[in-house]
Amino acid sequence: MSRRIPWALVVFLVAFWVPFLGSRFYTFVATDIAILALFAMSLNLLLGYTSLVSFGHAAYFGIGAYTCALLMKSLGAPFLPSLMAGGLTAAGFALVFGFFCVRLTKIYFAMLTLAVAQIVWAICFKWNDVTGGEQGLPSVPYPDLAWMGSLPILENLRLGDLFYIVVILIVLLGIAALRRIVDSPFGRILTVIRDNPERAQFVGVNVRLYQLAAFVVAGFFAGISGALFGIFNRGVFPDFIYWTKSAEPLIMTILGGMGSFWGPAVGAFALVVLNQQVTSYTEYWPFVMGAILILLLYVFPGGIVGTIETALTPARPDSSGATPAASQQADRGA
Amino acid sequence: MPEFSFLFGQFLGGLTAAMFLFLIASGLSLIFGVLRVLNFAHGSFYMVGAYLAWQLVRWTQPAPEAFWIAALGAALGVALLGGIIERLLLRYLYDREELYQLLFTYALVLIIADAAKVLWGTQQLSVSRPPSLAGSLQLFGVTVPHYNLCIMLLGPMIAFGFWLVLQRTALGRIVRAAALDRETLGTLGANVGWVYTGMFMAGSFLAGLGGALVTPVKSIVPGMDVEIIVEAFIVVVIGGLGSFWGTFLGAVIYGQVLAFGILIFPRFSIFAVSTLMAVILILRPWGLLGRPIR
Repeated sequence: MSRRIPWALVVFLVAFWVPFLGSRFYTFVATDIAILALFAMSLNLLLGYTSLVSFGHAAYFGIGAYTCALLMKSLGAPFLPSLMAGGLTAAGFALVFGFFCVRLTKIYFAMLTLAVAQIVWAICFKWNDVTGGEQGLPSVPYPDLAWMGSLPILENLRLGDLFYIVVILIVLLGIAALRRIVDSPFGRILTVIRDNPERAQFVGVNVRLYQLAAFVVAGFFAGISGALFGIFNRGVFPDFIYWTKSAEPLIMTILGGMGSFWGPAVGAFALVVLNQQVTSYTEYWPFVMGAILILLLYVFPGGIVGTIETALTPARPDSSGATPAASQQADRGA
Repeated sequence: MPEFSFLFGQFLGGLTAAMFLFLIASGLSLIFGVLRVLNFAHGSFYMVGAYLAWQLVRWTQPAPEAFWIAALGAALGVALLGGIIERLLLRYLYDREELYQLLFTYALVLIIADAAKVLWGTQQLSVSRPPSLAGSLQLFGVTVPHYNLCIMLLGPMIAFGFWLVLQRTALGRIVRAAALDRETLGTLGANVGWVYTGMFMAGSFLAGLGGALVTPVKSIVPGMDVEIIVEAFIVVVIGGLGSFWGTFLGAVIYGQVLAFGILIFPRFSIFAVSTLMAVILILRPWGLLGRPIR
């Protein structure tokens, strides 16, 4: 049923009107959500579709951000080529790093991705001549969007609003591409690997090659989202890559539900809105986020989308989800 | 060629850093070795140990050797905190995927960091050296504070004590069995649940002790938790997760690479240790002295 509805288009048609609410703040929040949604969804290609727990996804986000920002700021390159360069550079690094990472399994994969991200962080943090070191790259320019202002509906919009329109266009194109990828035979094989890597190997799938391909694709879209974020943030800083940053898309994915395609986007939406709400009351947002995360892990492991789906589906006694969990509970009693 | 005393000073500095790291990392390694949980919150326990030590020193100020009591009290407090967390929450995650365990311990990092800010504020705090070790020693033209010398001996001794208990006692045999095969151990009548709790507490104790003992050398600041955990990770990965002597070797290598890396590549010494870790993960994911799991 959901396949018939082009959700990316629907979301675009709704999200398009945000700047017309007339609030700079809404546009700001919506841009943030859109970019982080793409970041989280790129991660979910690994997490939800291939069952690879990357704890260093921020590396590719950061590489995309630095590449695009450097091209636009230092070389004055135009926006779209810089953006693509950001994505492709991130994908290139994902290819090199991923080549080594996919050789490891489970916890070691998570650790190597984390280690690699820390190396990238250390380079960006110290390489003053190119990355600006600790100070980062401030004042990344906005793309030249004057031509958009002359379009009929968009004529009265501010630059930030125009950039928002560009962002949602790119993000939703990216999401549509991800949808095509997960629905393709390639995507199906990824889910086979997720469900049973040994069996996938037996039927002749080159598991590592497919995992590497997923890693590169995820790196590409992380790079694109990072490139957009650098412009949106008006600067790129080494913090983008620090290991704690890699946890953010993981939290968004878990919050939205990693079992569903749109889950991470829902998670990004919920987390950003919640962040805005909570920070207006207290500075202790990390505390709240930690508490939410624990609640999710113990009470709503399916995330928002998973919980809604369970609530909407009529209960079946033989539903596969409940039994293993219950038996695990029993095992742990000892 | 730099002077000998300078190189020796670098070497001792690296060794002191290594011994602090060894205390902390051996706790991390102990927890991973038995529970198979990579505990991001280990750095947070270290930070709590430092803050608790500061607090206890303040409360016990007039006593002459208050520092040692405070350090022990802080470590015990952290062990208790670890025990409560393990009993109430963590143990329900052992059978879940790694992702859930990682995110759980990451949630603890967030919560503990903010809780520490609420309790102790964000300003730098410091603890003075215990008066009995306030002096220093001249060694090949290098001034070595007595306290640092004491840590260089104390760190390995405490950790060695843990190793002896693990290798030479009946209790240690149960713990090693739990690391190998918890189900069989359970059928043999051991209370595996409490073995896990005990190990988590022991690991937390080491983190708390490390945090308490570092206070006379480093000031206590928010953010020390996420910084140290990366270092401790690198150490245990280099040496071998779950391997005791591996962690020792990893700490020594880390300390020396950092101390001498600064001389060779002043800017990229952090880069050097991370790269070392990545190379080891690629070539020997189980570390220099570790053993592959399954």
